Amino acid sequence: MEKKEGWKTLPEGDILEGGSSLKFKTGNWRSSKPIHHPEKCINCLLCWIYCPDGAIKVKDGKIEGIDYDYCKGCGICAHECPKDAIEMVIEKGMEK
Amino acid sequence: MKVAKTANEAFAEAMRQINPDVVAAYPITPATEIVQIFSQFVADGLVKTEFIAVESEHSAMSACIGASASGARTMTGTSSQGLALMWEMLYIASALRLPIIMAVVNRALSAPINIHCDHSDTLGARDSGWIQIYSENVQETYDNVIQAVRIAEHPDVRLPVMVTTDGFILSHCLETMDMLTDEEVKEFVGEPPERENLLKSAREDKPITIGALDLQDYYFEHKRQQAEAMKNALKVIPEIGKEFGEKFGRSYGFFENYRLDDAEVGIVVMGSTAGTGKEVVDEMRKKGKKVGLLKLRIFRPFPFNQISQALSHLKVVGVMDRADGVNSYCGPLFPEICTSLYDLPERPKVVDFIYGLGGRDIKKSDIEGIFNDLLKIAETGKKEFNLKYIGVRE
Repeated sequence: MEKKEGWKTLPEGDILEGGSSLKFKTGNWRSSKPIHHPEKCINCLLCWIYCPDGAIKVKDGKIEGIDYDYCKGCGICAHECPKDAIEMVIEKGMEK
Repeated sequence: MKVAKTANEAFAEAMRQINPDVVAAYPITPATEIVQIFSQFVADGLVKTEFIAVESEHSAMSACIGASASGARTMTGTSSQGLALMWEMLYIASALRLPIIMAVVNRALSAPINIHCDHSDTLGARDSGWIQIYSENVQETYDNVIQAVRIAEHPDVRLPVMVTTDGFILSHCLETMDMLTDEEVKEFVGEPPERENLLKSAREDKPITIGALDLQDYYFEHKRQQAEAMKNALKVIPEIGKEFGEKFGRSYGFFENYRLDDAEVGIVVMGSTAGTGKEVVDEMRKKGKKVGLLKLRIFRPFPFNQISQALSHLKVVGVMDRADGVNSYCGPLFPEICTSLYDLPERPKVVDFIYGLGGRDIKKSDIEGIFNDLLKIAETGKKEFNLKYIGVRE
């Protein structure tokens, strides 16, 4: 368990080191998961442009996969993909 | 040095002498002159200030927040609707613990639109976490701004401060006042105390996040810190007021007791009306009436115990509210005074008088009438009313 500081020791005025959102992994908010199918993908990068969380991993102009530490499962990438190369799958335990 | 100044001029002169790093402001009657005069000081090269002319008061306070968060000594000025438009940012400035100084010229809130004095603007901001200092005259307006810098920046406090003056009654009224020299002010306000987190960020060339999302797990702790800072201000404000007195001959506390110690009845009043009230006290004392006055200078933090003690011996207290709570029973100051008296074993009776809305004159005869009402309650032991409106046509 993370030890949380009390008001007497917490840095005042809500001032933190920069970039602290990297430590805040939002992947566990997800109820459905995007699966990338490279064989259908044409690397148009529309998913990368539209992803509100920067969770599409790109290297040298090519989709490398999805960063599940931060992907919240909104499904925008799958919706925007012109080639149906991203499929949304219900997460385990989230089925009806 | 004795000079003749209006409160707006005094505000501007104090700002020139404080020489803040940043001033961001938007003009509004009757506070316009403060920043107008100050902008001339900037244009003339008399200050090092970065002056930001913005497009609204919301932007003014936002710019002040950004500047102050970077460690800059930051000031602004506004009034009434301008303060209202800052509302969202007021809470952010105080919760991020930014020692911004704001000159507020008290003016009635619309509607109906009105440009004259009442205290509805700043009293409405009572829970915004800003320290609030009220001024009786031009001299106090000037002295309060200079002290405000030290109070706001004190490491145990670090809260924004609004210094108020009464719209037109003081803002546009020439009075003789004693102005300190530039050197005296410079020495008194000093350099802002260093903020370790800002320094560390600069030293290590690492950016910081200010005002990040704070959910169920941390928000409460940060608010608790803010509450403690306001409590600490109760200790710091009289210390600074005393130091100011030792250096310049005019000492300040939470409030001024005027012929209150042996009084039977007394009024509690803020701002310029205290001056009129003192005249009335003197005149009625000559006639043998045991009346007194408490002029409240510091409304936030509210000096709860000190007020309770100062009023405890009275038979009747009259609270003079220059704003209406529009709540069916009282103005904003009344419940605060009542609460401070509640736990006394024997407490005075308290009645509220709402007066002076929208700049309506408050005359000596009005205040004499208030004292006579209080004396009657003291004599009969009966309150025939809890709230009375003074000076309004039936």
